[in-house]
Amino acid sequence: MVSILLAQADTNPVREFLSGRYQWDHGHYLFMYLALGLVLFMIGAVGVVVRRNPVVVFMCIELMLNAVNLTFLAFARYQPDHWVDVLGMYTQTDAAMTGQMMVIFVMAVAAAEVAVGLGIIMAIFRMRNEVDVDDMSTLKD
Amino acid sequence: MRDTPVYVFLVLALVAVASAVGVVAFKSPVRSALSLVLTFFTLALLYFNLGAQLLGISQIMVYAGAIMVLFLFVVMMLRLSGGDRVAEKTDKRLYVAIPLAIALTAVVLIKFVQPLFYMPVTKVGDDYGRPSEIGPALFTTYVWPFEIASVLLLIGVVGSIMLAKRKF
Repeated sequence: MVSILLAQADTNPVREFLSGRYQWDHGHYLFMYLALGLVLFMIGAVGVVVRRNPVVVFMCIELMLNAVNLTFLAFARYQPDHWVDVLGMYTQTDAAMTGQMMVIFVMAVAAAEVAVGLGIIMAIFRMRNEVDVDDMSTLKD
Repeated sequence: MRDTPVYVFLVLALVAVASAVGVVAFKSPVRSALSLVLTFFTLALLYFNLGAQLLGISQIMVYAGAIMVLFLFVVMMLRLSGGDRVAEKTDKRLYVAIPLAIALTAVVLIKFVQPLFYMPVTKVGDDYGRPSEIGPALFTTYVWPFEIASVLLLIGVVGSIMLAKRKF
């Protein structure tokens, strides 16, 4: 029985997937990176809705930005072939560089946003001595 | 270059998702911040896996270094970590947000991401992420966005100092 199982191990799809003998297409990698970015983005979005501590809400926003960065880099590395029509005069290397530049600028914007946002949280804390997202309704009143 | 084995990606993805869940689920903001550091490190390793060396290094320096230190300083100054200053109560939003998020993830995954699975895809060469490739592009083709980003960072510095020094 064991020998039969071992003999069948070569055709076991899970074993074949993990052993590296399965022919991994580049589209599979693109799919996995995009799925990971989507899951991370959704976890961050749920955190923004659910949590009430503004510092943690900022952390979840950072998580969403990083998920988008991962998506940019995945598309920079693995480019679908029919995008050549869209690219026009640009080469795929140029498109990969554009994706990386987007990531760099997202990082810069995130750094500025964190500096200003945490400054705002500190100002609110000094003004009201409490930080709860649900209680910050000064503009509404 | 050969592709890295797929289980490297799977392990990194598992750690990234688990620590991202930790960011949302931990009650203490310090634990959330440390969990977020782990997420950023894992994402930096994934960037290396994608061949973007410079961005992986700057991910570690900018996010896991600078931004997380800023977060931890604010948590320390707000004295939020120990007490129950912000009571996290599990209210009805949780029961709406999580099924909606799962449903939206499933829809986007099936309708938009899944067609890419069998699509013919070209892998760009390994040297697209080197500093020697990024530097010239950053200072020739993308010099105007670069300058605008520097002005934005200057505004961020001035604005945060304004907010910090203001008397309420």
